[in-house]
Amino acid sequence: MLDIGLAHYLTVAAILFTLGIFGIFLNRKNVIIILMSVELMLLAVNINFVAFSAYLHDLVGQVFAMFVLTVAAAEAAIGLAILVVYFRNRGTIAVTDINLMKG
Amino acid sequence: MIIQALCFWVFSFVLVASGIMVIAARNPVHSVLFLILAFFNAAALFVLLGAEFLALILVIVYVGAVAVLFLFVVMMLDINFVELRQGFLQYLPVGALVGLMLLVELVLVFGAWAAAPNVAASIAAPLPQAAGATNTQALGALLYTRYVYAFQAAGMVLLVAMVGAIVLTLRAREGVRRQNVAEQVARRREDTLEIVKVRPRQGI
Repeated sequence: MLDIGLAHYLTVAAILFTLGIFGIFLNRKNVIIILMSVELMLLAVNINFVAFSAYLHDLVGQVFAMFVLTVAAAEAAIGLAILVVYFRNRGTIAVTDINLMKG
Repeated sequence: MIIQALCFWVFSFVLVASGIMVIAARNPVHSVLFLILAFFNAAALFVLLGAEFLALILVIVYVGAVAVLFLFVVMMLDINFVELRQGFLQYLPVGALVGLMLLVELVLVFGAWAAAPNVAASIAAPLPQAAGATNTQALGALLYTRYVYAFQAAGMVLLVAMVGAIVLTLRAREGVRRQNVAEQVARRREDTLEIVKVRPRQGI
């Protein structure tokens, strides 16, 4: 209970990742919440990286976590830009309406 | 030690609770605010793990930039969020099933997981505590030497993202009357003023 080890951090990260997946399923219609869930999942991955970096005494995990952070920021910017353009064109952001390309 | 453990429990509890609120909040603005709370607590966990630089970068990048971006978009788009929430309960069983399966799988992985016996020999870059340098110094020394190409690639990713976001959202609107300072300054009296002699009882 008082001895915090690697497993504790990994468990927190696993719960957070699961919450992200759960959020995507739960808010199937709302793209903004889906993007936020993706951010939560990336945060969980970052926690994993940093926890392993701390417990293996290896700094490379933190370097990689920083690159994950960069990609997450770029993804959020592009995703929200696409969202704004889509809203301008269609007047809605419902995911179920995004089927123009019949994918 | 006990304070550290207490901090871990408090921060991780608030982190998970705010994560739940992010996906369950009725109002997307509240979701964004809970996301900010989650990022703050994750940063605190990073500090507990000894990654101070990454913790502060997390606060600056996520809370300062990404979350505010989310907030702007949520508030600027005129969307009926109640309508978007329909089917929330309908998707609950499937989502719970998938989430539970994933969690069980992760728990199984954690139960059977073990580090390789020679893991200490294969460390790529040791933590700076032994050398007496701070976390930021060590990270910089590693990032600007061995990972300099990856660092440049990350910069290119950000540049492309920035250009892409601007190209996507920029639009030239038709029929907008803007102030043209050069035109105003270049105006002369002859162009705009005309003196007309008006004779009495004749008009112009």
